[in-house]
Amino acid sequence: MNKICKYILAITALTIFVSCGNNNGGNNSGALASSKAEKVYVAPGEHDEYYAFFSGGYSGNITVAGLPSGRMLKEIPVFSQFPTSGYGYSEETKPMLNTSFGFVPWGDAHHPDISQTNGELDGRWIFINENNTPRIARVSLATFETEEIIELPNSAGNHASSFVTENTEYIVAGTRFAVPNPQRDMPINEMKGQFKGPLSFVSIAENGRMNLEFQLNMPGFNYDLAHPGRHKSHGWFFFTSYNTEEANTLMEVNASQNDKDYIAAVNWQKIAEYVKNGGGKRVPGKYAHNVYDEKTHTATSTMKDGVITIDPKDVEGAVFYIPIPKSPHGCDVDPSGEYIIGSGKLSTDLSVYSFEKIQTAIKNKDFVADAYGVPVLSYENTIAGVVAQPGLGPLHTEFDGKGNAYTTFFISSEVVKWKLGTWEVLDRQPTFYSVGHLMIPGGNSRKPFGKYMVAMNKITKDRYLPTGPELEHSAQLYDISGDKMELLSDFPTHGEPHYAAGIRADIIKDKSKKYYELSENEHPYAAKSEGEAKVTRNGNEVHVNMTMIRSHFAPDNIEGVKVGDKVYLHLTNLEQDFDVPHGFSIIGANTSEILVMPGQTKTIIWEPKREGVWPFYCTDFCSALHQEMQGYVRVSGKNSSVPISYTLDGE
Amino acid sequence: MKTILKILSLLLVTILISCGGKEEKKKEKIKLQTKTEKKVEKKVEKLPASKTIDLTNKGVGPITSLNLPAEIDQSMATRGAEVYKKMCTACHRTNKKFIGPSPQGILERRSPEWVMNMILNPEEMVKKDPLAKALLIEFNGSPMANQNLTEEEARAVLEYFRTLK
Repeated sequence: MNKICKYILAITALTIFVSCGNNNGGNNSGALASSKAEKVYVAPGEHDEYYAFFSGGYSGNITVAGLPSGRMLKEIPVFSQFPTSGYGYSEETKPMLNTSFGFVPWGDAHHPDISQTNGELDGRWIFINENNTPRIARVSLATFETEEIIELPNSAGNHASSFVTENTEYIVAGTRFAVPNPQRDMPINEMKGQFKGPLSFVSIAENGRMNLEFQLNMPGFNYDLAHPGRHKSHGWFFFTSYNTEEANTLMEVNASQNDKDYIAAVNWQKIAEYVKNGGGKRVPGKYAHNVYDEKTHTATSTMKDGVITIDPKDVEGAVFYIPIPKSPHGCDVDPSGEYIIGSGKLSTDLSVYSFEKIQTAIKNKDFVADAYGVPVLSYENTIAGVVAQPGLGPLHTEFDGKGNAYTTFFISSEVVKWKLGTWEVLDRQPTFYSVGHLMIPGGNSRKPFGKYMVAMNKITKDRYLPTGPELEHSAQLYDISGDKMELLSDFPTHGEPHYAAGIRADIIKDKSKKYYELSENEHPYAAKSEGEAKVTRNGNEVHVNMTMIRSHFAPDNIEGVKVGDKVYLHLTNLEQDFDVPHGFSIIGANTSEILVMPGQTKTIIWEPKREGVWPFYCTDFCSALHQEMQGYVRVSGKNSSVPISYTLDGE
Repeated sequence: MKTILKILSLLLVTILISCGGKEEKKKEKIKLQTKTEKKVEKKVEKLPASKTIDLTNKGVGPITSLNLPAEIDQSMATRGAEVYKKMCTACHRTNKKFIGPSPQGILERRSPEWVMNMILNPEEMVKKDPLAKALLIEFNGSPMANQNLTEEEARAVLEYFRTLK
């Protein structure tokens, strides 16, 4: 009997062990793995605690994920055409992608940043820069739609962007590629002293509208990243620069010669004041300014010319250089505004500058040199401390609001946690693999939400099932609420997230728009009820004002269209409820479908090339009768006399 | 010895429950209830739902009681006609069965509360109200869209329906 009992006990114990939570085949022990799983588990139907907005890099867009789950919630089209919704294909949104170079269907999105009030994330908008054709976009966090894109003239490689000052006064855009300014035909190898590195300042109005206020025409170095001062350093902006060598070829060697490059410290308040009082010079510079109107559901593109340029030498006490070791990347300001962290990416140390010391050095005119007329402060008299040899290849730092900083190291592939003020390294965790930027929700504001940190890795390799040579980039979520960072999960991200911005979900989720009011629809071709649906011919242009509701189009039979016509299909979704979009596509259209949100009107052009009866249909499963949501257009020959007619159910 | 075995089996049961058995049990109970509800409904339905007369059923939603004055408020009805034209005619016509039923004579078949709840709260109505449920099936699963009318607008539409003779 005793033996049997022992036997049963043993089996029971084993059963417990197996059945409870050992579902992870990894090397983690069962108990540990299950506690990590609990931390990222968001039960079906429940919501994540944070929104995370990842730049899509070469996708040109933003992807939205929930944290801690890492579940992808949406892709917001910004700089790239997006057939999923028809962004950049519909007549209403094509103007969003207009530039001074004409229509550009693609962009390279880099650094998203959320609007702030008093240095805290306010959740009104998210901004993001485009590197290739220099632009900044503003995305509404009520509709999650791109509302505005402004191009930056005289700039190239808009990389040091789109960082927001603490009351969303300005967004900056620093040029990563020094270029002739104004552009002109000249030998490349004569760039030294000739090229410029303009830093653009874009103001943000109360309603979000962007305006290119001025460009600071800096010496021709490459301006890589930037951050606004905050709290005590509010009113200043800091930019890292590389290639102070002004090399124009084999840059990976020739731009890495100097022991030190520069951080540019710019008192933007002083310069704004100078401009307000008539300072600066108006120079040519063509740029597109594209604005989407939520009432007409239509974007307009305005081509503008001219920008105020400022020579840094002309505004005394506003622009300085601070030496920083070896081709710096990140330039990050701690929540108090006192410390500016420069990450010399080819250095082994992190240099931390003191805002107060910088101010004292400026006051004492403690300059060690000048670079094209810009005074250079001394490294020794501005440095607050050095985090000695924390890792290899420091790139970017964020903060937890509890006195700690977290820096990514690309070469040694790790995140290092260290203490502001004592500069001691507290913890290090490997990343998989080769981390670029990291993001702590609110981590570049006065008030970080220091609970999670996301590392955005450049190399994925074996982290997921292989998917051919091309892999999505991998992000890693760490719990940073304790003394040690704890890796919780991996999740793939779309494109190449160069940076991300995170915010507590409750700040924006209740303001999220559910549908557009039909009564507020001011689209000139909207049919706001089936009674307003119509088809009109104007020469060879045919305008179809069509409605959609579960689950039919009105009209759904159209005759009198001819080969060679240009047919504008204006679709209005009559639904007034959350999450009832309808789609539209028609055979032979040389464009994408359109997805029309409730209350919205969107248009695609169809130029029928062959006679016949051609079907169209709803592309978004809308009801049990979605499959029946379809119709026909009869296309007659060029010289046919079939009159325009349109019906629904014979009416 | 027997007590040890008893303890062991108790332990096993506890483990089973602690490893996520609890919630499922709760759900099962709920399912049983809905099953019995369904049976009751089926007995009621014989005529098609669109022809069934039920003036006592108030439906499910924000409107629990509504007394219609004897006189029709003409200005309210005119306003209701406008709302109806904008928001409802994509699926309802006064002269015929269209995507959904015609509202003509609706108050001879339904209580005013039911009509307003169907306008204001269609998702819940087609799930919980036996008549609304049957209508959804009768009209080929075409859902009554929630057009997010205000209570005032829905009331005006109801007044307009009273004028349809």
